Amino acid sequence: MSDTRTAAVVEPVLAEKEAEVLKGELLAAYPPKIGRKRERQIVVNKRGEDGSYPEIQANTRTLPGIITQRGCTYAGCKGVVVGPTRDILQITHGPIGCGFYSWLTRRNQTRAEGASDDNFMPYSLSTDLEDKDIVFGGEKKLRRAVKEAFDTFRPKAIAIFSTCPVGLIGDDVHAVARDMTEELGITVFGMSCEGYKGVSQSAGHHIANNAVFTHVVGKNPERPEGEFKVNMLGEYNIGGDAFELERLLGLLGVTLVTTFSGNSTFVSMGQAPFADVNLVMCHRSINYMAEMMETKYGLPWFKVNFIGAGPSSKSLRHLAEYFADAGLAARVESLIESEMIEVSEELDRVRPRLAGKSVLMYVGGSRAHHYQDLFRELGMKVVSAGYEFAHRDDYEGRRVIPTIKVDADSRNIEQLHVERDEARYSRRRDDAEIESLKARGLPMGEYEGMMGEMAEGSLVIDDISHYETEKLIELVKPDLLCAGIKEKYVVQKHGIPLKQLHNYDIGGPYAGFRGAINFYREIDRLVNGSVWGKIKAPWDKAPELSGSYGW
Amino acid sequence: MPKDPYLKHTAAESPPREALTINPAKTCQPIGAMYAALGVHRCLPHSHGSQGCCSYHRSTLTRHYKEPVMAATSSFTEGASVFGGQSNLLQAFNTIFTLYDPDIIAVHTTCLSETIGDDLPQIIGKATAEGKIPAGRVVLHANTPSYIGSHVTGFASMTRAFVDYFAETTGKKSDRLAVFPGWVEPSDMAELKRLLETMEIPYTMLPDTSGVLDSPLTGHFEMYPEGGTRLEDIRHMGDVKASIGLGPYCSGPAAKLLDTKCRVPCDILDLPIGLSATDRFIDALRRTAGVAVSETVIRERGRLVDMMADMHQYTYGRTVALAGDPDQLCPLSEFLRDMDMKVKYVVTGTPGKPFESRMSELLGEAEEGDWRGAPGDLFSLHQRLKAEPTDLLIGNSYCKYMARDEDIPFVRFGFPILDRVGHSDFPYVGYRGAMRVMERVLGVLMDRQDRDSPNERFELVM
Repeated sequence: MSDTRTAAVVEPVLAEKEAEVLKGELLAAYPPKIGRKRERQIVVNKRGEDGSYPEIQANTRTLPGIITQRGCTYAGCKGVVVGPTRDILQITHGPIGCGFYSWLTRRNQTRAEGASDDNFMPYSLSTDLEDKDIVFGGEKKLRRAVKEAFDTFRPKAIAIFSTCPVGLIGDDVHAVARDMTEELGITVFGMSCEGYKGVSQSAGHHIANNAVFTHVVGKNPERPEGEFKVNMLGEYNIGGDAFELERLLGLLGVTLVTTFSGNSTFVSMGQAPFADVNLVMCHRSINYMAEMMETKYGLPWFKVNFIGAGPSSKSLRHLAEYFADAGLAARVESLIESEMIEVSEELDRVRPRLAGKSVLMYVGGSRAHHYQDLFRELGMKVVSAGYEFAHRDDYEGRRVIPTIKVDADSRNIEQLHVERDEARYSRRRDDAEIESLKARGLPMGEYEGMMGEMAEGSLVIDDISHYETEKLIELVKPDLLCAGIKEKYVVQKHGIPLKQLHNYDIGGPYAGFRGAINFYREIDRLVNGSVWGKIKAPWDKAPELSGSYGW
Repeated sequence: MPKDPYLKHTAAESPPREALTINPAKTCQPIGAMYAALGVHRCLPHSHGSQGCCSYHRSTLTRHYKEPVMAATSSFTEGASVFGGQSNLLQAFNTIFTLYDPDIIAVHTTCLSETIGDDLPQIIGKATAEGKIPAGRVVLHANTPSYIGSHVTGFASMTRAFVDYFAETTGKKSDRLAVFPGWVEPSDMAELKRLLETMEIPYTMLPDTSGVLDSPLTGHFEMYPEGGTRLEDIRHMGDVKASIGLGPYCSGPAAKLLDTKCRVPCDILDLPIGLSATDRFIDALRRTAGVAVSETVIRERGRLVDMMADMHQYTYGRTVALAGDPDQLCPLSEFLRDMDMKVKYVVTGTPGKPFESRMSELLGEAEEGDWRGAPGDLFSLHQRLKAEPTDLLIGNSYCKYMARDEDIPFVRFGFPILDRVGHSDFPYVGYRGAMRVMERVLGVLMDRQDRDSPNERFELVM
């Protein structure tokens, strides 16, 4: 298999009219107010002559009463972005629940290097606020908790996460963090990531980006060694994805300075500005960081995708192209060639068992895009896809950013004003070089979005509801659905397998070449598993036996 | 023992803590309210707060039961947090009744809606007055602020709310018994019903998640499965002969309210886990319902005692550490004591004096070197185990890390269990459930003996 297979023109999965009918069916039962809103969040994919895509409404409120996939700002802040960093001791300031539910449930793997490398991820720390704290304020308790946490664990850094009531009772977590930084002599920072801010996890990503950028990035003066130095952004090491990417970069002689934030450390994140380029995996959760680092340190970024063998090859080639190094380019080619032997073997075995099957995929803020290549490699059709918490640019591409209307829910999330750090700023590539890289196909500072990779006539659905999921299952009868744990057993009761693409159903890694092989096997296991043929009992399958003979 | 401990920052000794909880042995109220509401037929739980609460609770319950867990949310944003959640909730009623067609919406609050002081009776009253609740459908609420009590409290509050809203007295007494099963598994609820049926006692059980959170794979998803307590039966609860509340924390408030509201006398017992607690339950059933203990039950009891006698040498003198919820920990500790095991450490995150006093009643005062953490956390339990380990550890899935680090035989019991199956399929209550507790305990203890015995003592017959 080569790159070209995934780059093939995508055949329409549904005729445009058919797709419009499907959309109409999804909207039919809604009360008018909801129907009008959902109408703008469900679009039939179509490429315009100028390369644009239909406008989709995204990153807007889920209407009350809708059974949604979405979570909250705290979940995006602690659960997604900051959570995977093993040596930042993390304290949830609030009643016990939030700290409990975000405790080890996201499968961010981490591998401490030796006994002295801190790993606090197995620990859930909380101020466990009680009614008296809600009445009289929780700052005193927080202050004390930070001190106790320091005395117990002796960490290099402590992060504090606010939950809903904290903002309402007016606790100033940032003041506490400042005071404790001074008192303890370590980095302590707070985040106002109350669950009610924003409309989904997305606001939490932004808040986490701001805090990590302000308090962590650039704080470690130790320059890492290496000829080619990169940071990986938006890779959270679910199921060991980051380990696979570390393996590939290691084989190529590329130094991974740090990852935001899978298998990462406070120490390595502090060195991020020493890298030569930022590679952005999950655009939605981390694009703020990429932009801020470019402004402050002159570090360019480009979009990568390591999900699927084709995209992995392409991203590695882009990396070699960026460094314009013949040796590196040769190593990339030889790595791809050797990795692809096993990939092709597995694909040849599995593809005939899966080709032509249909998939629906509603997940995340980049995965509903990234995984489409893997399904294409398998010859499967993505009939409909959408994100849980993305913005318009993740669907239509970054070119639409200037046209996105900023509403009140987004305006209350702080937009950091970042300036060039004159002492440390160094423009890695000048404008001409960036343009030349772009001309050679490198997505420098660009993201094309999901719609560009989807077939015409496919249905793009933002923030899908339980009701719509059920309706689609009835109308499309897919062979596989990809979503999360809350949807998992609902879908499987229908006799249709569901692949969790948040936590991978305890599987993975799915990134890189070995990851692709794992995924091919996993989809074969799911779609062709024996159990789906066992739902009907023998007596249900052969009711004619009860027919009568004329004795 | 693994070379590289998982919880490597846990030391036997550390500075005292007052403000910081590390590795909690509880979670928050709303999840309990959601679980209780799922045990009522055609009821949709509704979380009045941020989306994250609902998402976290549904995810955790789904991982524990490996079943669909349906619930809606008021999807608070900053505006609702400032101006109050009334318009969100009113809109939610309309959306839910139109799209999801439940008979009942069971609203529980969150720390967010409690802190801003949303007045749920007022909002529900307004919805009713404005015709936003369709004829024949009902809405109820329970106040479940996350900063009071624990998940256990939330379960109790929602169960009590059903009694509060719906139980009526018509003056015409029925011969039924009301049974509040407490926060137990669907399998346990089914077992309690079997015991009642075996003794030919008519009953209403509230809630009842059997038939809801253990549904079959049929090729069709049922948003409202066939199980769950019927609303009509809850209404008639005011007329029942008597009630039995299993577990003072989970069932006490509902049973007591039924008594004060409808003059239904109540008996609040420990959960029937183990021999003695099941004996008290069966005896209470016999006396309250005025029936004889059935031959089936007598035989089951005998088989349990038989197993206890047969396997006594493996349990005698063994030390145990337990983490979980008060209603479970008391009878479980008593059962272990009945097997002549020694309960050395017990920890719950759920606050409340009744636990400590009940433990003392059942087991006597804690001996020197023993520890009853109420409330406490799993970090503290781990520290005790490091200082002086036990022969056995019983607790939820989070305990597996300390079990591996300290190489202690481990039985999963309680909530949540995120890494094994069986808990929602096979009961732990009643005499047969007690035999299953024993089977699990003996399994890990005897596996350990097999693993650690030198060749000359590696026995075929045990």
